[in-house]
Amino acid sequence: MATLSIALIGNPNTGKSTIFNELTGARQKIGNWPGVTIDKKVGYLKYKERAISIVDLPGTYSINARSPEEKIVVQYLMDAHSDLVVDVVDASNLERNLFLTVQLLEMAVPVLVDLNMMDEASRRGININTYELEKALGMPVVETVGRSSKSTRKLLDVFTSTVMKDYEPSALVAEHMQAVKALQNSGLEEAKLEEEIIILRYALVDKLMAQAVTVNSVGPTFSEKLDRILANGFLALPLLLLLLYAIFEITFTWFGKPLQEALSDFINGDVTDWAKASLETLDVAPWLQSLVTDGIINGVGSVISFVPLIFTLFFFLSFLDGTGYMARVAFIMDPIMRRAGLSGKGIMPLIMGFGCGVPAIMGARALDSEKDRMISILITPFLTCGAKLPIMALFAAMFFPDNAANVVFCMYVAGVLMAILMAKVLNVSTFKDKESTFLLELPPYRMPDMKTVLLETWEKGKGYLVKAGTIIFAMSVLIWFLSNYNFDGPTEEMSESFLAAIGSAMSALFVFHGFDTWESGAAIVTGILAKESVVSTMGILYGVADISTETENVMDTAAQLANSMGASFTTLSALAFMVFTQLYTPCVTALGTIKKETGKWKWTFFAALYTFAAAWIVSLLVYQVGRLLGFE
Amino acid sequence: MTLRDGKSGMVVQIDSIRDSGLKERLMTMGLIRGAKVRILRSAPLGDPMAISVRSYNLALRLADAEQVSVSPVL
Repeated sequence: MATLSIALIGNPNTGKSTIFNELTGARQKIGNWPGVTIDKKVGYLKYKERAISIVDLPGTYSINARSPEEKIVVQYLMDAHSDLVVDVVDASNLERNLFLTVQLLEMAVPVLVDLNMMDEASRRGININTYELEKALGMPVVETVGRSSKSTRKLLDVFTSTVMKDYEPSALVAEHMQAVKALQNSGLEEAKLEEEIIILRYALVDKLMAQAVTVNSVGPTFSEKLDRILANGFLALPLLLLLLYAIFEITFTWFGKPLQEALSDFINGDVTDWAKASLETLDVAPWLQSLVTDGIINGVGSVISFVPLIFTLFFFLSFLDGTGYMARVAFIMDPIMRRAGLSGKGIMPLIMGFGCGVPAIMGARALDSEKDRMISILITPFLTCGAKLPIMALFAAMFFPDNAANVVFCMYVAGVLMAILMAKVLNVSTFKDKESTFLLELPPYRMPDMKTVLLETWEKGKGYLVKAGTIIFAMSVLIWFLSNYNFDGPTEEMSESFLAAIGSAMSALFVFHGFDTWESGAAIVTGILAKESVVSTMGILYGVADISTETENVMDTAAQLANSMGASFTTLSALAFMVFTQLYTPCVTALGTIKKETGKWKWTFFAALYTFAAAWIVSLLVYQVGRLLGFE
Repeated sequence: MTLRDGKSGMVVQIDSIRDSGLKERLMTMGLIRGAKVRILRSAPLGDPMAISVRSYNLALRLADAEQVSVSPVL
């Protein structure tokens, strides 16, 4: 028998993805819909010898082809790829969910209605007569309760036994379709016509509800009570901050960071030693040994070591998203974010940017308008990520020993101010026609489905590993080559390498910034590979062996470096350098992520160049204004 | 009065929505003439506000709520 193809369609927050994950488990293929960065999820399974493929269409409230998600759904339905379209409906929120069902029937798409979350509906005093609903719609209806193996089996039984040809819209629905047709032929102008049709649809929904549903009022729900604390009153903001702080602590201090360091030590230690030893026994040419150990293992290793951090962060974000709390975060933060021209939903990804820009850029996916997504992605690089912190800490300790903490704090503030400023500039320039709106469902609080949380975490983490890894691999080889070769071939002295030449070319840009040495230029160039490299390049070039990027040891390193670097930097030029590195081009991993998330090289180059330009200007201002004010 | 003027706990009925870019989306989400809306709360900083309509909860900005005229339901 041919593969049975099924499409899942439904509103957001109906448990549609949970059903998809329960049905298909890890047998999923996740790609992109053509031309957009919206996940296309297809899963495969076998049930009673029957091969089944299921596609999880993006969650939408309606199908008017306004948003990219809606366009995908409409296009998919018009192409009629599926044997069976399943409309997943939240039974506890039937009224609004049926709107989409009615729209599907208008499009002459026969649907199997899956009344999901029946347990939640009955807890809320909502009684649905499935038989009556089936009769009122003329379409098959099945009840499920979200994640339960019984529901999953039941669904599969229904999927494999239902013959949609046996069903046709009820007289009630047919009458509605006639009325819609009559309106469409009445010559009303388009906007007005759409409004009248919406009114007709809800009129039909009201009739359906009257026929099949009775509601017994049962006091405020659990979600209502929780919202009185979490989304209202003076405690909401402190609780939000506390939660964010906890996630940050767990990710960067307790769990992710130690794992990252352990992994990094393992790669730089055992793996490198093992590779060196094997290559030597194999009698491989020294240049190749150096390429593998200094270039590839070093470069790719630094990316791989970020994996635990990313996985931890995404686990918490997916979990929180599953509980419904993220919608409250957006609700609370909207007035603040709006001042920067963003919406409340933009806060989460930006906060992640203080840890690492990569998950922050990926997290912007959750934003619903293209404009908010783009702005969020483009301003993230200004924030002080974990890898920039050592640069700031080192320079502050060296040149501002009495005020180190304050200076570092100022750099954080400078990054935030720049991000806000650029959000505003992008808002009124590049994206001015696109409006930012805030219309957000506050779904009931729910215990997230762990399978879904883990699958999401894995998917995002894997994407980072594969896509960013390929770019990093190529860049590592390139940087290794540049720092070990010049036109005469291999060189022992880094100062005679291509990198040094590039560094001195780069330094020409900073004649008026006070740090126009080739060493600074080279540090800036390698900083584009990874921000950690700024400090280590400085260390190598200024002849301090075994420089540490760990914040705790920064004082020792600073003391060692101060002697050799004191000649190249003044206090003021060091400050200008700090400002520059705080703001300039993000690392290639971040750029690779920007390419992946925006899907366009245009935006990737823009992100690389405009941050550089912004950093150049601000840093110049710092140095020149500082000099005018008499600082050295 | 408009939806914006609604106080927490109040139940109102929608009369009309002024033409705006958001009108069709608001209607799609169930805010059509005659629909009953319960005002739940406003965010800690006063904006946006949360309402309950057609058995679910929706958050919207005050500026958008101002476009919705309502009358109180006893």
